[in-house]
Amino acid sequence: MRLILHIWRQRNAAETGRMVRYEAPDVNPDMSFLEMLDVLNEGLIAKGEDPVAFDHDCREGICGMCGFMINGVAHGPLRGATICQLHMRHFRDGQELYLEPWRARAFPVIRDLVVNRSAFDRLIAAGGFISVSTGSAPDGNAILVPKESADRAMDAAACIGCGACVAMCPNASASLFLGAKIAHLGLLPQGQPERAGRVQKMVRQSLQERFGSCTNIGECEAVCPKEIKLEVIARMHRDFLKAAWSGHSAD
Amino acid sequence: MSSAVASPLDKAVGFYQAPIGKKAVMAVTGVILFGYVVAHLLGNLQIYSADRQQINQYAAFLHDPSHAGFLWGARTFLLAAVLLHMVAATQLWIQNRSARPVRYVKKDDVPTAYAARTMIWSGPIIAAFVVFHVLHLTAGTVLPLQELGPNRPDVRANVIAGFQHPAVAGFYVLAMLLLCLHLYHGVWSMFQSVGVSHPRYTIWLKRFAALSALLIALGNISIPVAVLAGLLTN
Amino acid sequence: MELNSKTPTGPIETRWDRHRFSLKLVNPANKRKHTVIVVGTGLAGGSAAATLAELGYNIKCFCFQDSPRRAHSIAAQGGINAAKNYHNDGDSVYRLFYDTVKGGDFRSRESNVYRLAQISVNIIDQCVAQGVPFAREYSGYLDNRSFGGAQVSRTFYARGQTGQQLLLGAYQALERQTAAGRVQMFPRTEMLDLIVIDGQARGIVTRNLVTGAVESHIADAVVLGTGGYGNVYYLSTNAKGSNATAIWRAHKRGALFANPCYTQIHPTCIPVSGDYQSKLTLMSESLRNDGRVWVPVKKGDHRAPSTIPENERDYYLERRYPSFGNLVPRDVASRNSKAVCDEGRGVGETGLAVYLDFRDAIERLGAHVIKERYGNLFDMYERITGENPYTVPMRIYPAIHYTMGGLWVDYNLMSTIPGLYVIGEGNFSDHGANRLGASALMQGLADGYFVLPNTIGDYLASHRFDAVEAGHPAVREAESQVARVTRRLLDAKGSRSVDSFHRELGKLMWDYCGMSRTAGGLQEALSKIPGLRDRFWSEVKVLGNGEELNQSLEKAGRVADFFELAELICIDALHRNESCGGHFREEYQTPDGEAAREDNACSYVAAWEYRGAGVAPELHQEPLYFEYVHPSQRSYK
Repeated sequence: MRLILHIWRQRNAAETGRMVRYEAPDVNPDMSFLEMLDVLNEGLIAKGEDPVAFDHDCREGICGMCGFMINGVAHGPLRGATICQLHMRHFRDGQELYLEPWRARAFPVIRDLVVNRSAFDRLIAAGGFISVSTGSAPDGNAILVPKESADRAMDAAACIGCGACVAMCPNASASLFLGAKIAHLGLLPQGQPERAGRVQKMVRQSLQERFGSCTNIGECEAVCPKEIKLEVIARMHRDFLKAAWSGHSAD
Repeated sequence: MSSAVASPLDKAVGFYQAPIGKKAVMAVTGVILFGYVVAHLLGNLQIYSADRQQINQYAAFLHDPSHAGFLWGARTFLLAAVLLHMVAATQLWIQNRSARPVRYVKKDDVPTAYAARTMIWSGPIIAAFVVFHVLHLTAGTVLPLQELGPNRPDVRANVIAGFQHPAVAGFYVLAMLLLCLHLYHGVWSMFQSVGVSHPRYTIWLKRFAALSALLIALGNISIPVAVLAGLLTN
Repeated sequence: MELNSKTPTGPIETRWDRHRFSLKLVNPANKRKHTVIVVGTGLAGGSAAATLAELGYNIKCFCFQDSPRRAHSIAAQGGINAAKNYHNDGDSVYRLFYDTVKGGDFRSRESNVYRLAQISVNIIDQCVAQGVPFAREYSGYLDNRSFGGAQVSRTFYARGQTGQQLLLGAYQALERQTAAGRVQMFPRTEMLDLIVIDGQARGIVTRNLVTGAVESHIADAVVLGTGGYGNVYYLSTNAKGSNATAIWRAHKRGALFANPCYTQIHPTCIPVSGDYQSKLTLMSESLRNDGRVWVPVKKGDHRAPSTIPENERDYYLERRYPSFGNLVPRDVASRNSKAVCDEGRGVGETGLAVYLDFRDAIERLGAHVIKERYGNLFDMYERITGENPYTVPMRIYPAIHYTMGGLWVDYNLMSTIPGLYVIGEGNFSDHGANRLGASALMQGLADGYFVLPNTIGDYLASHRFDAVEAGHPAVREAESQVARVTRRLLDAKGSRSVDSFHRELGKLMWDYCGMSRTAGGLQEALSKIPGLRDRFWSEVKVLGNGEELNQSLEKAGRVADFFELAELICIDALHRNESCGGHFREEYQTPDGEAAREDNACSYVAAWEYRGAGVAPELHQEPLYFEYVHPSQRSYK
């Protein structure tokens, strides 16, 4: 099959970018989307043109490194999958595709489809952990966790930090990412002592990183490759309001 | 960080600075306004009463000078709620727009989120309608109002006279459709914003939101329709 | 060079305790005066960096990905072993030790393996406390399953994402220390050389992958947790970025490379579908619990699998290994797949696949049970292949998955360069010639959380560390070496892409040094690799420059190292005249085709010393002693 690609090309953060049209004349439906780009890049290199830069690593949908917009949808048309798991059989012969990097103030473009997502690391550093130093833990079975809590914590913990939620959100909000970590740790007994402080610190950091805020639209949930539910955002709101109500200070 | 004890005012300011604080303010004011819309609908529906004077008696009750304190108190309270709702919404909107300085060349949307994405437009249009609605049926700026006596507006006559103008009725219907959309998202969103969500109950919250939005809009829209269809006459 | 493994003697149960007591401690007030560099943020590197920072050291931590959370440990599916014996099914530290030594085909150090088994229980405790959402029973207690053919239930898991959850635990601990100011994190930064001053590892040279800036970082010790080198084969289950550059450049600075030929082939991967294939996807080994592996009896039988009658199917694992059946260890399962495909009985378009069939399990248990157990794996398979495994048997084929070899380290995890520590898959230590399922996560975390933080103090407390000026000749020399390689790659201005060379190298390695090896084939490979390498240096085409994000340049540097490493792998494979674990030499097999070890001649670690470009590496042997688990032939019949 043959595809027309319009790809955002931007040499570095300082330069302005533009959409450039490419043709992919010989696409095999069994290729993954990234393999299609590999082939495109081989062709560009042969012609002496700079290959398209895009982030990727594990190519099995778990590392969270890959991701860009395909026709205005984060990770493309297949629900519950990252771009590396999206195969070309989901597209039509002759289709035109627009590939753009994640867009958010907090995710500046580095080159082409590559963006800087360090803001996510700083959100976790603000409080997305349980403060337990190595060696101080009691026996694993000393802390009982109801199966339902463990399962729901795992649902939230499945987040791969790809940034699709931010990219898709009309407000460029990181609420699904934040909520997932807050829900994961807040659903477990181990996470209780720091629960009130955690939500306040992480929310404050999100404001500093210039992410937008949640207006309960739900586009993040629709594109999340791990299908994390909006419910985690409600949990974050609840934890935040509770902490504020009880006069807990983040510091 | 300083360990000084924060004053309640500091805490309130800090709370409001966070987007979740603003959303909570919107949710609480939203609940108030939702309650008002429901009460207003119940008042309106008295126009269908077999007792043609019932709605006018209800209006007279509200406008009774001995209730003036209560009436103005309620009006101030509602106005404050509207203002807070709008200020918080505007601040969030500005903040959220600046979170994405470079737009997408092509952006697709999830269809189910239509109501949510248009809140920022349905809100102001409804607000504009409310101003018109007050000018029309409370202040009498649009059309002269009939009175049965001092502080006794002839609501029934005024409503019917107003809705006989297709433009007035049309704007009213449009505003109610937008209100439906606004409530459809807003009522569920209130719960989400204050953290009421659970895999088992969320679906019921959404159904409640959809049903209440639909009933409110249908109940209100039925009045101009009934007037134009000649079912409600003086 | 005398290899001193510093392995303690005496009763194995108390070796680690006694050894720990003998180690010098760093005064708490002095810890913050020591800077330690940690390269890599997977289970080993991430946990080590976090733990060392908790202890009070200054940490500089590096990863080439955009965030420390992306390291390839994240892709481990199955689980992590621990000798908790929560199921009262006869497990113990000793049994885990025994199974691991035996599973490693008697090519690992008993002392190391015993320590690993001991520490396994602490790892689970630590991870639970961090909030890793391990699977639970309804009572709230930790759930276990048996995995990879183990006879006891000792595998802890978090759905099919155990590696992810353990890594996020370590990552969060690391971020906590970053926030506390004790870890300075350098993402999108690649280590390109090791700085050795007066025989001690004192720093690294890095390239900032965004700006291209080449920088030197000085420290008192350097820890490499940079993973394995499976990508030598181009197609593997490793992440695209996984590379050997850090360990290889350390090797060229004097660290010995041990057992490079021990490569593990995972039997259940999705087969190659075309030339464009960029990586192979692993399907969890747990599928073999319910799936049956078969090929047609007849050669070249291209009928649809459902139309092949029962008596024309060869369930070859069940036939050859009646007691273990489909659950034989990875190396055995892989070799048998290759054998039947070599006979011309492979299935699919390429003939390089075998069926993994769930028909009987679905009949016996119902599709809903299978869906519950493997639903996400089935979905993944369908997403990739477009075939529904509930109705059509899966096609699987072995793929390179893990490398047991790595830099040689002593019992303290220190390489032959003082001050250079190597942890996780990057070292050679604990798995011998074959790694058992659910043991990689265990080893990475044991090294990072519990072993290294204890042993590194001994080195720091007993050595002097003079200040190193930025203009120190050794620093300058390492920086100019890095610049030289970069310039050479950019100046080649040839006609072929980096990937095309990498593919060619990978194919060569897979054909001659893959699942089974022969002296003739290895000699053939050794005669071809230098020529291909020379062509790479003269014909490679790397566009752009060094002062920007240049993904071709990054790849080119890694592939250049793979060429050199590939040669060493073949040299090691050729010299090891036996079959053991992941190393199968066709000349050394029992009459019924099983691997035949040569314990008298080959019971040693082969540690290779780099002697310069184009010079044959020098072999050093560390003999292996088995006092507790006596070498026997593994039998899964």
